[in-house]
Amino acid sequence: MAILLTGNSKIIVQGITGHQGQFHTKAMLNFGTNVVAGVTPGKAGENVYGVKVYDNVRSAVDETKADTAVVFVPAPFVKDAVIEDIDAGLSLVVIVTEHVPFHDVIDLLEYGQSKVTRIIGPNCPGIASSGLSKAGIIPNSILKPGNIGVLSRSGTLTYEIVNQITKAGLGESTVIGLGGDKVVGSTFTDLLSLFENDAQTSAVVMVGEIGGSAEEDAADFIKKNFSKPVIGFIAGKYAPPGKRMGHAGAIISGNKGTANSKITALESAGALIAASPEEVPRLLLESI
Amino acid sequence: MVLLLEYEGKRLFEAYGIPVPTHHLVKGIRDIRSIRTASVIKAQVPTGGRGKLGGVVAVRTVRAAKAALEKIKTIDFNGFHSKYFLIEEEIRRQVELYISITLDRSKRSAVLIVSKKGGINIEEVPATLISTYEVNQLIGLPEYIKRNAFDRLEPPEKFRDQFYHILDALWHLYVSEDAELVEINPLAVTANGLVALDSKVVVEDDSLFRHPNVKAQVSGDEIERKASAMGISFVRLSGDIGLIANGAGLTMATIDQISTNGGKPGDFLDLGGTDDPARVYDAFSIVALSKPRVLLVNIFGGVTKCDTVAMGIVRAIDKFRPVFPVVVRLSGFNEEKGVELLKARNITAFREMNVAVTEAIRLSV
Repeated sequence: MAILLTGNSKIIVQGITGHQGQFHTKAMLNFGTNVVAGVTPGKAGENVYGVKVYDNVRSAVDETKADTAVVFVPAPFVKDAVIEDIDAGLSLVVIVTEHVPFHDVIDLLEYGQSKVTRIIGPNCPGIASSGLSKAGIIPNSILKPGNIGVLSRSGTLTYEIVNQITKAGLGESTVIGLGGDKVVGSTFTDLLSLFENDAQTSAVVMVGEIGGSAEEDAADFIKKNFSKPVIGFIAGKYAPPGKRMGHAGAIISGNKGTANSKITALESAGALIAASPEEVPRLLLESI
Repeated sequence: MVLLLEYEGKRLFEAYGIPVPTHHLVKGIRDIRSIRTASVIKAQVPTGGRGKLGGVVAVRTVRAAKAALEKIKTIDFNGFHSKYFLIEEEIRRQVELYISITLDRSKRSAVLIVSKKGGINIEEVPATLISTYEVNQLIGLPEYIKRNAFDRLEPPEKFRDQFYHILDALWHLYVSEDAELVEINPLAVTANGLVALDSKVVVEDDSLFRHPNVKAQVSGDEIERKASAMGISFVRLSGDIGLIANGAGLTMATIDQISTNGGKPGDFLDLGGTDDPARVYDAFSIVALSKPRVLLVNIFGGVTKCDTVAMGIVRAIDKFRPVFPVVVRLSGFNEEKGVELLKARNITAFREMNVAVTEAIRLSV
């Protein structure tokens, strides 16, 4: 059945007339995604690969009954775009854009909390439910329907690992990139419970990295509330402390946020830790 | 992150209504004309622990102030030297408190942190003396949190209004300036009221488009600065295997795999998502500066196409004629095209990450 995105999801693309928006709309359509509308203020009446463009989210939702938005608009405009989504009653918003100020993300989370909108990202590759629907930029070619759920703080490293899973003859239920920023809309913990209740998913791969404590928090959750096998991979074991490793969130501050701390926490929760991306499918095959 | 200097932070404090001691900024001894009251001269450096290194000196006369400035000039503060000096009225105080507002990543919320014991690094204060309050960013600081914080810190009752006012000002500063951290440490309790003796303000990089007056901070060595100017995410490491990969996670994972297998990575370079061969060329030029023994290029093609990367590599090799061998791994979008392009130039591209890593390590020893 997959989580968050299903074959019934109706998706609008915000920033559809931009370079990224057009390119990825085409890829989403090729994947079989039900992209029902695009939104770019001032561009109503245009169309992108046959998808009708609207001036605002409300009119797109009124006409198409869309429930999900993918956001490609530039960072300074993301906050306004997502408030528009929340006000239009969308249930899911995926923010692909990077370099969104974290104050804006916290404002959106505090605002969305009082409504019913789930936010994924920013700075993330989005969501793909194999064989059903895709909201974001995960490459179509690596995905294959199956029973492995994937949650990741990375982009390319997610593709690497999903590709390994697919090549090993396994497949994915839903793959979700959570985003590489300090503050993201949904965490490992937020989404594990959805995988717990998803009949299609029989194991979950968690791709974490240095910085913050999202993996340690997830380990606490797994101990108490998660019954399926978890395979972990943590990037940044040899990253120097105090240096930001590309992602805004990937930094060891003092002695906090180290790979070791995350690996220890996940192992104590019963997760198996892969030493390399290539090891992920082998551990999956052992545990399911 | 951009850590403002103390005087820059204090300018913001004044603008938002947080009391600070009388002060003025000098660049050199010629700017010191008179010392009217007991004063301190303070180094202005974007790093902590300056007091212990001799960067804060009490002075009573112009002569002493000039001598202190000359002395501070020579001090290395964790790699920084002071170009500006703050001369500030010395404040007699009974008690030093601590107040900050910062982001709690785990709670995904702003938090107000207060402690009865200020003046030292908050990490060294016993947890029992610290109180933390989550603050909803859309609501701001509610009255009850200000009340609780005041009761916890127990300054004299007559300063209650002033304390609330300082908290409100600090909150507005945190939100309006897109800060990651605003800290008053110490907040002095004097006979006449509360005074912020030091300031620490960290502004978030991603918000700088809203703050044209705040300049992005460039740190690191010469090569890191050069990479930063080109918009390339680069961190110098100590080993001899040069690395270019795409995506922060994949780059870190490649470093881990090199290290676990006995190799020594020389850098972290995240090419990011690009379909421009010139960017690959730029990345190549940055890594070449650190003179690696071998260069490993590890690409998983998605937004970044494998053939684009291959074109950039060919162009860079033609231009730089590197003395070090180049090991390439291409997988994903346009993998075949990329492999063919490199083959025509007698470069073998590997498909598997672990095979390429092993080959790079072999060539580095």
